[in-house]
Amino acid sequence: MTKKNDITALDEVAGNGLLSRRLLLRGGVAMAGAASTLVATQGASAEPLKEPEWSRYQGTTVEPMGRRSKNEKDTTRILTNPKGEPRTQHARTPHHLLNGQITPNHLHFTILHNGIPDIDPEQHKLVIHGMVKQPIVLSMDRLMRYPMVTRQTFIECGGNSAALFSNEPVQANLQSLHGLVSNAEWTGVPLSAVLDEVGIDPKAKWMLVEGADTAAITRSVPLKKALDDAILVLFQNGERLMAEQGYPVRLLLPGWEGNMNIKYVRRIKIVDQPALTYYEARNYSPLLPDAKAYRFFFVNEVKSFITHPSFGMKLNEPGYYEISGIAYSGAGRIERVQVTADGGKTWADAAVQGPTMHKAFTRFHIPWRWDGKPAVLSSRAVDDGGNIQPLRDDFVRERGVTQKPVTNPFGFPNQHYNSLTSWGINAKGEISHVYA
Amino acid sequence: MSMLEKISFAACVAVALSTSAMADDKNGLGTNVGLGQPITESDIKPWDITILPDGTNLPPGSGTAVVGAKLFLEKGCNACHGEGGTGGSNGAVITDIPLAGRGIEATKTIKNFWGSSTTVFDFIRRAMPWPAPRTLTDDEVYALTAFILEGNKLIPPGTVMDAKSLPQVKMPNKDGFIIKFPDRI
Repeated sequence: MTKKNDITALDEVAGNGLLSRRLLLRGGVAMAGAASTLVATQGASAEPLKEPEWSRYQGTTVEPMGRRSKNEKDTTRILTNPKGEPRTQHARTPHHLLNGQITPNHLHFTILHNGIPDIDPEQHKLVIHGMVKQPIVLSMDRLMRYPMVTRQTFIECGGNSAALFSNEPVQANLQSLHGLVSNAEWTGVPLSAVLDEVGIDPKAKWMLVEGADTAAITRSVPLKKALDDAILVLFQNGERLMAEQGYPVRLLLPGWEGNMNIKYVRRIKIVDQPALTYYEARNYSPLLPDAKAYRFFFVNEVKSFITHPSFGMKLNEPGYYEISGIAYSGAGRIERVQVTADGGKTWADAAVQGPTMHKAFTRFHIPWRWDGKPAVLSSRAVDDGGNIQPLRDDFVRERGVTQKPVTNPFGFPNQHYNSLTSWGINAKGEISHVYA
Repeated sequence: MSMLEKISFAACVAVALSTSAMADDKNGLGTNVGLGQPITESDIKPWDITILPDGTNLPPGSGTAVVGAKLFLEKGCNACHGEGGTGGSNGAVITDIPLAGRGIEATKTIKNFWGSSTTVFDFIRRAMPWPAPRTLTDDEVYALTAFILEGNKLIPPGTVMDAKSLPQVKMPNKDGFIIKFPDRI
């Protein structure tokens, strides 16, 4: 007799044990586990419960700044330049140790080209000038008085996942490979509101945005984007911007490459042509195999990767697992995520966490019953503009791969990788990076 | 509130009202709130270091490679870019490596990749030398730019770099780019 929650053959929706996402809705996953781990459940019986030591005494005293459990001290970012030597510093988000969709502020990825400036918000000024009727200067105090908006969006470095341009798989964890993307709730003033005030010359097409950091980083941004959804951000997940994220004010260009989201903004110049500044003329112009290069790539295209399970984790026994990951698109909202457990032979739809938001992280889940045999997991996302995350072969054909294997996962052999990430699971439950 | 205070308060309100009445209120939220303080371009000048590829906003001044070579040593540029700019931990600024035939891993150099000579001037003035950016005079920036361009054989020996000559330097890879998303611009 089949009960409502029983797993049936019909619930297996793709090869190697991928189960219907509908099981998540009707609570059938407990049965999915029971079906295959019956022996384990009946094996060692649990001990009688005792009152634990920590429940008997008053705990430690609450402090002004909250503290996470000391047991979570290893949930930190990986640094590439911890001594602040005269070169760029990167800090990568540990997605394999996080869940949900928001990146906590102290774990948000960051890249600084010349350290974190110590800016006094009372003294900081933002000037807007160039092809305008009336140049203006704003104090932070004044900027704070404009009507504000709040939205979630990811920021991703144009070089995130760059190691996957390697011709051979790269044995590095998720944080090393995909740690240069994070997702937060940002609050600030729509740039269009401030630009309205200066009166832009109709012949203007671009703006040059510049930071007050030592490197005075500057990028050319089309006015089309500036007037569409750009925000002068003042708050990050509810609190004032982190110093390393651009305190007191940064530019947010939802969905566009991280480097353009200028931190410590002090000057916006309205112009009629792009400046070809260092970062757009060199770093963020990805080379193609024929020695041509893309210019003004800007958009971080539709992408996804599985966070659980992923490289470095181990499946200790066959049975039920949830496969979960992150999907996002700089061109819109995630509409669909498919997962494979057999290296792309068959695919099943994952459950997509709603409400989905434009240009923001979307978590996906799918139940899976691992039979203890080798498997290859991968995910593939589609956005509401019909953009599909490219399969590895298609991506490599257009964008190329390295001639030698990449040995440093923190290097940048190229920019803007958005193809698949595949995890190979062997019979021992160990996980490695593979190309499928 | 004294009479004087009342009068000045009323005057402020009147000014505020007339300002907002003049402004376009496109989104209907009254976001054109007029909080920006007017400032003149001449007061912005000390911050305005933006250079455009056609030479717009290049400052007065000039320099040659001979002077630039001396500065390259004096300012410690060789610490990161090697002796004579030909190597070092942060990359050579004078080098002759081809772009073609090396796939996506080809080293992008000033000579084989950069599309505009003005980028050289802009980046030196903006971000170099690393420990003390924006301490070079405009003449010094022109001289260092001339040193790099001449070393890369992009200008004939002895060419003076200034606001007129710099944007005319032909960069070999100027047309090597494909605009990825033209509709976004």
